Amino acid sequence: MSRISTALMLSAALAVSACANADRFNGMGDGSNAGLNNGSLSNAPVPGSAQDPRSPAYFQQTVGDRVLFLIDQSTLTPEGRATLDGQAQWLQTNSDYLAVIEGHADEQGTREYNLALGARRASAVQQYLISKGISPSRLKFVSYGKERPIAICSEEACYAKNRRAVTIISAGLTS
Amino acid sequence: MMTRLLALISALFMLSLPALAQDGPLRIEITEGVVEPLPYAVPDFVSESAGGSEMAAQLARVVADDLTGTGLFREIPRDAFISQITSFASPVQFADWKAINAQALITGAVTVNGDQLVVKFRVYDVFAGTELGSGLQFAGTTDGWRRMAHKVSDAVYSRITGEGGYFDSRVVFVSETGPKDDRRKRLGIMDYDGANVQYLTDSSSIVLAPRFSPTGDRVLYTSYETGFPRIHIINVGNVQSTILENREGDMSFAPRFAPNGETVIYSLTQGANTDIFSMDVNSRQTSQLTSAPSIETAPSYSPDGNRIVFESDRSGTQQLYIMPTGGGEAQRISFGPGRYGTPVWSPRGDLIAFTKQNAGRFHIGVMRTDGSEERLLTASFLDEGPTWAPNGRVIMFTRETQGEAGEASLYSVDISGRNLKKVRTPGGASDPSWGPLQP
Repeated sequence: MSRISTALMLSAALAVSACANADRFNGMGDGSNAGLNNGSLSNAPVPGSAQDPRSPAYFQQTVGDRVLFLIDQSTLTPEGRATLDGQAQWLQTNSDYLAVIEGHADEQGTREYNLALGARRASAVQQYLISKGISPSRLKFVSYGKERPIAICSEEACYAKNRRAVTIISAGLTS
Repeated sequence: MMTRLLALISALFMLSLPALAQDGPLRIEITEGVVEPLPYAVPDFVSESAGGSEMAAQLARVVADDLTGTGLFREIPRDAFISQITSFASPVQFADWKAINAQALITGAVTVNGDQLVVKFRVYDVFAGTELGSGLQFAGTTDGWRRMAHKVSDAVYSRITGEGGYFDSRVVFVSETGPKDDRRKRLGIMDYDGANVQYLTDSSSIVLAPRFSPTGDRVLYTSYETGFPRIHIINVGNVQSTILENREGDMSFAPRFAPNGETVIYSLTQGANTDIFSMDVNSRQTSQLTSAPSIETAPSYSPDGNRIVFESDRSGTQQLYIMPTGGGEAQRISFGPGRYGTPVWSPRGDLIAFTKQNAGRFHIGVMRTDGSEERLLTASFLDEGPTWAPNGRVIMFTRETQGEAGEASLYSVDISGRNLKKVRTPGGASDPSWGPLQP
């Protein structure tokens, strides 16, 4: 099975999280979430666009750049592991990219504890990617605790989106 | 729930008014008992130089704001006054002040000469017909006039309560602007009452949880300036900051000074694990104080420097522990329902303030250092991060409101749970650290 079709299959399961990412990291793509449906994958995509499977925008929108966590937990869910399998595959294919994994918490918690909790979440993602063969030297992580919510209501619907670890791709080794 | 509330109500520290005037000196005992704020009068200070009358009036207003703001004193409105104070040296007509039930009378005088300011004051026990202590005089420059008013207030408060004051002190905090999903933060510093705000950093990177040094000359804080949370130290005087802990790949946060001002304790995250370390500020030598796979953070020294209280989730949820300063076996001290975090040792040594989360609510509370006599002082959607006034009688903390328009503000409350009030800040504010009384 080709890399792209695997990623597409995964992305079907990840549609919710991939579409929920209207946050400050969208600047790296074209801002559209239409990567799944536009049927342009067989044509030559614009390099760097969300249709280019080698682009960070594609990673963010189609592979899925984030995994979500249960309240006060840093254990990866089955959905989270499936997303990370796709991330690992993308990182292996696109070996000149580096990644910073950002761990976040919802607002229910004290500032210091949430920083440490966000670190646990980001570290869980980092360790999983390492276990899938990604070199530790390509992966950094940082916790923002509860400092950077993307959903701002004070309800579980928002909290669920904020309890996340987001993998940010950046040009690295050779490019 | 009911018993907790009753315990809270009955355990309040409050002033009990002794039989004033008739039997003994003017005195508020800050102990348990029934509260009745002590009525006092503070007429405009007397200007003893040309052009000083406006400042004389302002000084008296700040003194009144300080004293009334404690909840321990009640100002008698000036339109009730029978006699006026027109001369600082003339004898006080005690009968006129007794008639309006002013138990304490504060008089003052101001001399302005160029940018030089001299403030004198006296405190009278009206019912005894005597002066309480003797007159004092402060000299400084006119731009420091609010500090001189606070010094008068501190002296009055001390003479009447027998406790140290806290008015001539500053608070370092995080100033917040912008919506919840694009919040900008920078360090601010202000007088305890919110006056004279200045900023120590710009808002280009996230800053968190500043902590004053014991003398107030330096501030520790966490900044994302490098892209990663790192402990910085900034000199308040010249606003020069440097990174204190900068291990590649690690995160450092939750710093706090030791009472000696030379050692810092903080959390260091390596991989998934967060432990407590200490560092000598000068040599940058570090040592690891905890080594558990759990989260150990928010450390705070006892005032004698011998012990450290911190939070850990080693039991499965956040709880409070005390260990020796050099590390070693820790004793758990929190056992009530819910989770406990951000412990801060009182400057008096007797109590530990904390944040408690229980049943979906946040509280600021205090307990004795053995964990007994827990009292919750506040309850809201989100209260956290207590800091002690220099005299250990008042706590300031962050309160954040609920929902999409949620905003953080500073509040203060006394350790009885009384006198809860918002601290005036220019915009949103969080993470206060109350500095020492200024020299």
